[in-house]
Amino acid sequence: MDALYRDYILEHYKNPRNFGELEPHDLDFHDHNPLCGDELGVHIVVEDGKVADLRFHGQGCAISQAAASITSEELIGMPVAEVERLGADWVIDQLGIDISPTRRKCALLSLKVMRGATTGDASWPD
Amino acid sequence: MAAVATQPLVDVRADFPVLQRTFDGKPVVFLDSAATAQKPVQVIDAMSAYYRTSNSNVHRGVYALAREATDLFEGARKRVAAFAGADPATTIFTGNASGAINLVAYSWGRTNLGPGDVVVVTHMEHHSNIVPWQLVCAERGARLRYLSTSETGELSLDELDEVLDGGSVKLVAVAHVSNVLGTLNPVEEIAARARTAGAVTLVDGAQAMPQMPVDIDRLGADFYAWTAHKALGPTGIGVLHGRRELLETMPPFIAGGHMISRVDLESSSWNELPWKFEAGTSPIAEAVGLGAAVDYLRAVGMDRVRAHERELTAYALERLAEVDDIRIFGPLDAERRGGVVSFAIDGIHAHDIAEICDREAVCIRAGHHCAQPLMRTLGVAATARASFHVYNSRDDVDALVSALQAARKVFEL
Repeated sequence: MDALYRDYILEHYKNPRNFGELEPHDLDFHDHNPLCGDELGVHIVVEDGKVADLRFHGQGCAISQAAASITSEELIGMPVAEVERLGADWVIDQLGIDISPTRRKCALLSLKVMRGATTGDASWPD
Repeated sequence: MAAVATQPLVDVRADFPVLQRTFDGKPVVFLDSAATAQKPVQVIDAMSAYYRTSNSNVHRGVYALAREATDLFEGARKRVAAFAGADPATTIFTGNASGAINLVAYSWGRTNLGPGDVVVVTHMEHHSNIVPWQLVCAERGARLRYLSTSETGELSLDELDEVLDGGSVKLVAVAHVSNVLGTLNPVEEIAARARTAGAVTLVDGAQAMPQMPVDIDRLGADFYAWTAHKALGPTGIGVLHGRRELLETMPPFIAGGHMISRVDLESSSWNELPWKFEAGTSPIAEAVGLGAAVDYLRAVGMDRVRAHERELTAYALERLAEVDDIRIFGPLDAERRGGVVSFAIDGIHAHDIAEICDREAVCIRAGHHCAQPLMRTLGVAATARASFHVYNSRDDVDALVSALQAARKVFEL
C-alpha cells in the first residue's frame, strides 16, 4: 500500500464528506494556499455553542481535500471553543500519514479556514 | 536537425554537475528549467575564479585589481549585449526580470502614464508582467486592459488592433514565450503594430532568450527584459535592453551610488547609460557568470538550442498524449511554442502528480506558475509543467511519461 496515498486518503479525496454549501449559515471563511493557488471555504451552523453542521467547498490536492473531509467528521458536534484551540498536530494525527514540509500547508488549509471562521485569525496553524 | 533531440545536445550533460546526482539511487531527471536552469561547470568556474583571483569593486578603484574586475564586468556586458543583438550602452543589469520590468513600470510609467491612458497586457502574463502595471496604473490613474488567449493558448492580432484603435494605448507588455502555455508570441508583429499606434512595447523574454535566437534590434520592441538564471547563468542578475531615446529621457528608478554624475545638496545629475540605472554595487560575479553562460550558449549555437527544444517539445506532446485523461495546454504545434509543456490529468491534482514524479527523481513543477489570471482562464487551480533545456533528452520525457502512468495507478484510475 502507498505510504502517503493510502486507501482511506484516496477514498476521502474522491468522495469528500461534508462538501458543498450550507444556507443559511452562522460562520463562514474562505482562503487559499498562495503557494499552489488551492482554495477552500467553509460554512458553519452553530447551535448551543457547538458546530452543529459544516460544509467545506473548493478545490485542492488529495492531501488538502482528504484533510478537510476527515476532520469534518470530527468537527461536527465539537464545541466552537474547542475548535479554536486545535493545532496542526491534531490535523496530522487525524490524517494518519507522514506529511513532508512541502505538503504541510496542504494538510493545514482546512484548519486554517475553520479557525478563520471561528476566531477571525487566519494565520497558519502551528 | 530532426534527430538532434534523441541525445542531449553534443553531450553537454556532463557539463552540468547537478545532473550527475541521484536520489534514492535514481538519476535526477530535471524537467523544471522554466523555473531555473541548471548551471554548466563553465559558469560555476568563472564565478569562482572571479572571487578567487579578481574580486574588487568595479568602476571606482584606480588599482590594477579594480581595473581587472571592471574589465571582467563590462566585458560581460558587451558579450551579453552581443548575444541579444543589443548595444552595451542600452543593456542594463538588474536583479532579475521582475527588476527589469519594474524599472520600466516606475521610471517610464510614472513619467509617461496619466489618467485615461491604457496599458495592455495579456491573460498569459507571469505575475511579474502584471503586478508592476497594476501598481503604476493605480498610481497614475491609467487603465489596464487584457488581451485574451484562445483555446489553443494564442493571442489574436485582430483583438490587439481593436484595442490599439481606441487610441489611448501607451504601452503593450507581452511575454515572448508563455511560461505556462509555451506559446511563442508574434512579438515582432505586436511591436510593429503598437509603434504604428504610438505605443511602446515591453517584451518579457524570460522564457525566450534562454532557448532561441533573439535579435533585439530586429525585434523592434522598445524594452526587452530577461533573467540570467533561466539561461544557464546565476541567480541575482537580470537584463533590461531599452531603446536609447527612451532610456535617455527616463529618470532613474533606484537612486544611490554610481548612478550619479554630480551630487549637490538639493539635487543631482545622472551618470550616462547604462549606469544611470545601476545604483549601488552591481552583481559583479553574477555578471561574470552570465557572460560565461552566454559564451556557453553561443558555443552550442542558439539555432541548435532552438531546434533541440522544438524536437523535444514535439516528442513530449506526442508521448504525453498517450496518458489517459490528460489535458495539454497551449499550442499543439511545437513550431509555435517554446520548450514548456503544461498539463493536467483528470482525477489527480497537479501537486500529487509532482509528488509521485519526485519518487522517480523526476523534477516537474506544479502550481499556478505565477500566472493566476491564466489559471482562471484555463479553468484550473493548478497545472503540472515540464520544461526543457539543452541537457534534456527523449529519455527524460520517457521517464516523465512512466511516472505519470505510475501516478494514475496510485490514484486507481
